[in-house]
Amino acid sequence: MRSNRSLLLIGAIPAVFLGYFFIYPVLTILYTGLVPDGQIATSAFSEALTSSTVRSVAWFTLWQALLSTVLTVAIGLPVAYVFARYRFPGRSLLRSLTLVPFVLPTIVVGVAFLAVLGPGSPLGVNLRGTIWAILIAHVFYNLAIVIRGVGAFWEQVDPHLEDAARTLGAGRFRVFRSVTLPLLRPAILSSAALVFLFSFTSFGVILVLGDLHHTTLEVEIWRQATAFLRLDLAAALAVLQLIGVTALLVLYGKARNRRAAELSLRPSSEVARAPRTTGEWAVVMSTLGMLAIIVITPLAALIGRSLSTPDGVGLSNYAHLFNPPQASAVFVSPTDAIANTMRFAIPAVLIAAGIGLLAATVVVSARGRSGRIFDAVLMLPLGTSAVTIGFGFLVALDRPIDLRASVLLIPIAHSLVAIPFVVRSTVPVMESIQHRLREAAAVLGASPRRAWREVDLPLIARALAVAAMFAFAISVGEFGATSFIARPATATIPVAIFRLLGRPGTFGEAMAMSVILMAIVAVAALGIEAVRGTRSGGV
Amino acid sequence: MLDVSDLTVRFGTTTAVDGANLGVKDRTIHALMGPSGSGKSTMLRAIAGLEHPASGDIAWDGHSVGDVPTHRRGFGLMFQDYALFPHRTVGGNVAFGLQMQGIGAGTARSRVAEMLDLVGLPGHQDRIIGTLSGGEQQRVALARTLAPDPRLVLLDEPLGALDRSLREHLLIEMRAIFSAVHATVLYVTHDREEAFSIADQVAIIRDGRIVADDTPERLWNQPPDGWTARFIGLENLLAASVLSALELTPPSPQVTTGVVPPESITFTPTGAVTATVAGAHFRGGVYRIELDLGAGGQLVAWAPERLDPKSIVSFDIDAERVSWFDD
Repeated sequence: MRSNRSLLLIGAIPAVFLGYFFIYPVLTILYTGLVPDGQIATSAFSEALTSSTVRSVAWFTLWQALLSTVLTVAIGLPVAYVFARYRFPGRSLLRSLTLVPFVLPTIVVGVAFLAVLGPGSPLGVNLRGTIWAILIAHVFYNLAIVIRGVGAFWEQVDPHLEDAARTLGAGRFRVFRSVTLPLLRPAILSSAALVFLFSFTSFGVILVLGDLHHTTLEVEIWRQATAFLRLDLAAALAVLQLIGVTALLVLYGKARNRRAAELSLRPSSEVARAPRTTGEWAVVMSTLGMLAIIVITPLAALIGRSLSTPDGVGLSNYAHLFNPPQASAVFVSPTDAIANTMRFAIPAVLIAAGIGLLAATVVVSARGRSGRIFDAVLMLPLGTSAVTIGFGFLVALDRPIDLRASVLLIPIAHSLVAIPFVVRSTVPVMESIQHRLREAAAVLGASPRRAWREVDLPLIARALAVAAMFAFAISVGEFGATSFIARPATATIPVAIFRLLGRPGTFGEAMAMSVILMAIVAVAALGIEAVRGTRSGGV
Repeated sequence: MLDVSDLTVRFGTTTAVDGANLGVKDRTIHALMGPSGSGKSTMLRAIAGLEHPASGDIAWDGHSVGDVPTHRRGFGLMFQDYALFPHRTVGGNVAFGLQMQGIGAGTARSRVAEMLDLVGLPGHQDRIIGTLSGGEQQRVALARTLAPDPRLVLLDEPLGALDRSLREHLLIEMRAIFSAVHATVLYVTHDREEAFSIADQVAIIRDGRIVADDTPERLWNQPPDGWTARFIGLENLLAASVLSALELTPPSPQVTTGVVPPESITFTPTGAVTATVAGAHFRGGVYRIELDLGAGGQLVAWAPERLDPKSIVSFDIDAERVSWFDD
């Protein structure tokens, strides 16, 4: 184990980063909202606590998040299993496709579901304003977290452990319940915590698919801040939301206190194989069929809408993106939007990977309370409203140097959301690396730092690649904070989509821009798939 | 040479190694043998620097290495489960220690090839660890440990996970390999046959203390106490009173127990001692004969032919080879 002093040094970097770019701006904005004239505006708090509307919003926020999490995990586990254990044609393409929903701007996800389940639905149902539309959209949006988070771990679990249980007389279900599930527990908990946080702070989906009875605290904060200009009430609600998130993170920290068992991890090339029996084919095909319905239907609807024009099916929506029929000051060309998006995404990935890895090392090495608290604090940005973070940057980051005009601000905001992903996907793998391998490296002459580079880093590379892909996706699709910080000239693709959605007559163009965003993410995901493919074989 | 003095290692309130002393001479193979939980692996790990001793010292050539971190001690350790790096090929594993020493790629490549030749796996450089058999993994682990030419080679139950026939085969090979590279070796095992056939000297550890340290022959012929005698597999431990009845007189009145090595018993029609054959079992080339002495004593002997159970046989005991101790 690392000495306490080097641990403090490693931990200092993520701590300072989080302190200055997250805690300080959030506290500033809360202070601004709650202490407008030098004294605490208690009225906003009592209003928030006594209002029956706020109570029902808070209650709805909680239970829809719980239900969304349970559904997402229940559907995601079989899919993760099929991807981890079987090889079949189109495997990496399909796996990359599952990532696409996650990176779509939430507004676009909402609109895509409106196209399938709203008024005029091709399925003949109208679920707008019901909990079902929201739950299905949340599953659609978050499924990738479970598939990736659990899958990356599952594909390295030695199948011999399951075989051993089988020979000890356990049936298939019993093997899953008493061997596989406990082994996957840390990965499932990590993924479930993320899904919960995203559903708890859901914004775009609720904005489009919900109504006054189905609204989350995040939407309410945004409405109070922008529509009614009640900054004090918005801040009070933000405090409520933060308390909820903190409570969840404390529970989560307690639950994951039981550490991951040391597994003998194997390269996935050995574990995954082609389905052999009819039964195995049936499992694979039915799971993929379900995945196709959930993931592909809304995406197909989105593409369909982008191609439908007043004159029938055509590419005019795409053509209008590049040559707008009417000139506009807020217009951003797709090429500029793509360039801006990439310029922010690459530093965001680097910052998130660097800071996240340091933080994960501290979480794994610091046993006991301090490690758990550090772990929980790292998750906080996920549970904080993007509105609050973006607004906070503008209000707070003029001291000690004025960073508000810095181009780094957007990637930093994005990395705040991405760091928890890096931590969550690397910690379970780090915990399951056999300590003996580090000892073997030490005996062969590797210093602790060198042993980390030669043993830990290569073994977590796969999980890190997954995390980097998520970070990229988050940066590319982030909307809430970016919309606050971005200047007209630095608009990203989601900001451009939002502008198009807000203007009358450019709905088709917004769909076309969304399809372009989808394509970029799919290509990036496929590229990483390809890198992982070549890496797992050789080295 | 390695010099361990008064080494104590504690885990919480349990004392795993309790004031142990041990010396390993250059270019010798020293076995450290003890039952499970006796502290032998902990002692090995402490020598490697992987455990922090509560007290005592570990020295190499008279210089203490107690404060030298594991990676600078220059001691190689081969783990019982081999701990091969799953993300590196066979060649990558063997080259690891060389890379840590900053040895150039070309030199390292030829050293890896040399090591794989030595352990009988020529040309296996590009194999993936997961595809190796248990015996192959053992050889790779050995090659990886020896490649950087450590001044002391520590082996933790290196054959523990292998089947018997492979174990015997590899034992002979390892002995040849160690002598080929002039290694200084400390070999931890719980298996007497393994220890006796590979080691120049065998130390016995019991409850964290070294209770005996001698050549295999002397341990076998003159065990220091009954526990050690039984642990190394000696049979025929008999009370002095029973032996007196067989005309074997203890050297002094204090000793209570004598060991009659089976090899000291010769069957002859004119033998001075008679007993009933209780059992005869074929052991490949010889028969193991269990003899009932009548007065509550039993002896085990070897005979070239089967002796009928229940028959009365006579034999001589070579009194010179009987060893005595106070048990």
